[in-house]
Amino acid sequence: MEFAELIKTPRVDGVVLHRPFMPTVEGTLCLTGHHLILSSRQDTTEELWLLHANIDSTEKRFVGSLGTIIVKCKDLRVIQLDIPGMEECLNIASSIEALSTLDSVSLMYPFFYRPLFEVIEDGWQSFVPEESFKDLESMTDEWRLSEVNKDFSLCPSYPSLLTVPKDIDDESLCKAASFRHGGRFPVLSYYHKKNAMVMMRAAQPLTGTNGRRCKEDEKLINATLCAGKRGYIIDTRTIAVAQQAKARGGGFEQEANYPQWRRIHKAIERSNVLQDSLIKLVEACNDQSHSMDRWLSKLEASNWQSNVKEILTTACLAAQCIDREGASVLVHGTEGTDSTLQVTSLAQIILDPACRTIRGFEALIEREWLQAGHPFQQRCAQSAYSNGKPRSEAPVFLLFLDCVWQILRQFPCSFQFNENLLIMLFEHAYASQFGTFLGNCVAERGKLQLSQKTVSLWSWVNRPQELERFLNPLYEPNNLVIWPSVAPQSLLLWEGVFLRWNRSTKCLDEAYQEMVHIIEYNKELQNKVNSLRRQLAQLETEDKMVADLK
Amino acid sequence: MEHIRTPKVENVRMIDRLTRRKSSVGTLYLSSTHTIFVENSEARKETWVLHSLIYNVERLPTNSSGSPLIIRCKNFHVYRLLIPQEKDCLDVLASLTRLSRPERYGELFCFSFNPNLDKELREKAWGFINLKAEFSRMGIPCNLWHVTAANHEYRLCDTYPSELFVPKSASPAVIVGSAKFRSRGRLPVLSYFHRDTSPNLFIASICRSSQPLTGFSARSSDDEQMLQAIMKSNPVSEFMYVVDTRPKLNAMANRAAGKGYENEDHYTNIKLQFIGIENIHVMRNSQQKLIDVGELAAPSMSDFLWGLENSGWLKHIKAVLDAGVFIAKAVAEDGVSVLVHCSDGWDRTAQACSVASVLLDPYYRTIKGLMVLIEKDWVSFGHKFSHRYAHLDGDPKEVSPVMDQFLECVWQLMQQFPCAFEFNERFLIQLHTHIYSCQNGNFIGNCQKERRDLRLQERTHSLWPHLWENRAEYTNPLYRTDHSQTQGVLKPLTTAYCFKFWKGMYGRAEKSVASHQSPADCLNAVREESQQLEEELSSHQEVPRETDAGQGIHMHA
Repeated sequence: MEFAELIKTPRVDGVVLHRPFMPTVEGTLCLTGHHLILSSRQDTTEELWLLHANIDSTEKRFVGSLGTIIVKCKDLRVIQLDIPGMEECLNIASSIEALSTLDSVSLMYPFFYRPLFEVIEDGWQSFVPEESFKDLESMTDEWRLSEVNKDFSLCPSYPSLLTVPKDIDDESLCKAASFRHGGRFPVLSYYHKKNAMVMMRAAQPLTGTNGRRCKEDEKLINATLCAGKRGYIIDTRTIAVAQQAKARGGGFEQEANYPQWRRIHKAIERSNVLQDSLIKLVEACNDQSHSMDRWLSKLEASNWQSNVKEILTTACLAAQCIDREGASVLVHGTEGTDSTLQVTSLAQIILDPACRTIRGFEALIEREWLQAGHPFQQRCAQSAYSNGKPRSEAPVFLLFLDCVWQILRQFPCSFQFNENLLIMLFEHAYASQFGTFLGNCVAERGKLQLSQKTVSLWSWVNRPQELERFLNPLYEPNNLVIWPSVAPQSLLLWEGVFLRWNRSTKCLDEAYQEMVHIIEYNKELQNKVNSLRRQLAQLETEDKMVADLK
Repeated sequence: MEHIRTPKVENVRMIDRLTRRKSSVGTLYLSSTHTIFVENSEARKETWVLHSLIYNVERLPTNSSGSPLIIRCKNFHVYRLLIPQEKDCLDVLASLTRLSRPERYGELFCFSFNPNLDKELREKAWGFINLKAEFSRMGIPCNLWHVTAANHEYRLCDTYPSELFVPKSASPAVIVGSAKFRSRGRLPVLSYFHRDTSPNLFIASICRSSQPLTGFSARSSDDEQMLQAIMKSNPVSEFMYVVDTRPKLNAMANRAAGKGYENEDHYTNIKLQFIGIENIHVMRNSQQKLIDVGELAAPSMSDFLWGLENSGWLKHIKAVLDAGVFIAKAVAEDGVSVLVHCSDGWDRTAQACSVASVLLDPYYRTIKGLMVLIEKDWVSFGHKFSHRYAHLDGDPKEVSPVMDQFLECVWQLMQQFPCAFEFNERFLIQLHTHIYSCQNGNFIGNCQKERRDLRLQERTHSLWPHLWENRAEYTNPLYRTDHSQTQGVLKPLTTAYCFKFWKGMYGRAEKSVASHQSPADCLNAVREESQQLEEELSSHQEVPRETDAGQGIHMHA
């Protein structure tokens, strides 16, 4: 297919662009296969380059022959284009509509994007499972890397290499896989060096209504327990939801069959509920005319903050079981690709200082989200302005980022990165020039040949020039476990995302600059003082030598 | 001491509501001014509770482990004790109930508080804030405004300060006549004079008063002339605003009692504007609901947000800030003078004037400046501190968190303008505590006259120099005098979502939650270190000159 077929009017002059916090711009609107571009052709005003993939929905209005298109973006921005000429306006609107909803992944921009920077470190190779297994091997020899899923036939959404208990052979893995939803048998998610406890994740067991059991599955997870110790199974669903799942062949671990495990149910919402929550929240944030009562009641009704609280609470519970109770943990929900990953990845941020560095956080996203098979493409197909029939989109990853932001805000000195990194990840998960978040699992990414045909987000982020923007000036490495407060009054609305386009951040940005300035000045002084101290010490030795000679 | 039945109770358990593990056992001591809990642990950690800060003491039914006692403080700290013997618990309850409700001024803590200052220093301390100097900082007196002796010995209005600033053009007769036409004699006088340095050269002013005694039809030509004089003292403007901070309905209701608001037909060139800040009773109930939200045990997010909405607190904070924004805009952007009043002109009026002043004048955003502002708009203009903050056992209907709301407005502004204020959140919280604590004489009584009659300056100590000496603790590291946010007028957004729950103030029942890292504290530490480095740097640079001056060794910096 040629993009040209979809572009009926590639260019319109005299278009006026309105966008938040910027002066209106009049200029020429151009549509390309992947971008909507508006340029005034003057050096003074910034051009608009908007990825079609970033467009969530559009609305059009007409007053006489002046058409207006409201473009609502997945990053929650809303812009307005005033287009003279009804026909032009209709053409542009229908082209945007078509280009922003392309079905074929291989037509997406990452396949066409050529970086203007030299790729020094290929992000596709930055975080390979073999490497993280080497780290694990240096701490324990209880685990092995299994190739049982080499051709993705055992579990299509898992990567080809999986970390499993050493004593469990591939044959047992196959049997355990047949007992878990989507073949997602229990695998290692995190090893807590401090006390050798582990966190595993899986999908729900397929017990069904007649209480099926699987010896291999039981053996597999029991293999992670120390003699005489009990473990915790954290089911991210309420007991009622888990009961209902039985009717569809799913279920949960029966006490009788897993006597060494204590099961705890939590109440993280399913993805379709989360999507609804996002839509309501953004609606509330975008209406500036709300009275205080209405705003608070809409915020409450959106349930977004409740979702944040529930996810963080569950992650804290998992971390607590491991660090405080000294027990191993298995986490699962239904499919094991959404709430499960929220919990396992947040628990690691709480427990493991390495995950609070930039590299470590990237590795965590790579490990616990991309390779663990979170279906990014499905979940991020639409954002808060979607008005079509909901399919499988849901802000699962955005909620994870929100939770990270909450912890970051409570421990502003314990993270190497700042809020900008989280916002950037949110943007790129929904629309990007990079291939990282395309596809739904490792197998799909392989088929799409993303590592050959597209650039990795990490190749770009990890360039020193870019990294600077994401560094937290307050960072002081903190090797402790950090326990966030999950009290409602400690959890705030993430303004950096949800009010980003509604209020100017000039004063807050200035405060950030001021902070950077104070810290840089301090470093500068330290360097000066250190060099003087060295010179002084040198002079003293010289003096001593002179005195000795005399 | 006659109120203390049991001065010492052993084996008392101080309960941490959130983490039982952190509860501790110790001994409870009752003194005439404080209750002190000393832990049995190695560290002998002490917790001091000032009796004048106690809001109420509640005893829960005795259970197998003892008699629980909850002490709630006016600064929202909550202490939960478990006393082994019911009798001891009843004794402590009776003592604290009496000690926390002094009946006479003489019983207040400030009269026994003795920080070991000699007489001379104490007197000097009371001169730390000088309102005359403040008016002269504003450029008053000038050719348009001067001080009047009309309230000498408080003969015109006993709740006003003795020195009042009025338009030069207002004759003594007009001043007296206007006072007679205003509730409690609180005539329109100058609160803030805005000298614009921009090319506009606006010289608009903020004046304040109580409501006029209009009833349904009464008028006073003196009062009308007074307003005319105020308007005329701003030569570039053709009208002035009268901001009635009450909801219009309340203002109308007052007419039946012979009070009310200005009739626009009688006063030339005024524009009347109602703002809709609710009365003290609404505010008191609202804050109580907010406190209840903070005290909920393990609330869900919905409980919390619903409680926050239901309390109406943030709505009221928004109303106060909106009033300040309206006044500041009129004065700074339109160059129009404003007269602000409510009913008596000592609660909502003080809020609106002082919030507007903080927005207009960077000086009031400094540590010293905020002290001056509180001294001017609140203390000297007869805000009824002792009534509002229940210093004495009295009418509970007089109690209301008026000052709390002002401090919170400043805090909300700090969230929007992090570099604009020299002080930090801790300063506001400290001020809040002292407004209630009665440790110093500054906030005792209900007006200047009462404070004079109590001879507070001779018998008590002033808070301000004490706070000033400790200003390092209250400094915002992001503040720089040459920063753009510390210049000119602040224009905050007052969209609903800009207002936040003040966790530092109302979330204090949750004290066990590990005090999380504060960026401000980190930055202060960094700045302190920088200062030391600067000193070391300059001392290093001096060393060679001192020791080997003659040798001219290769040392530069």
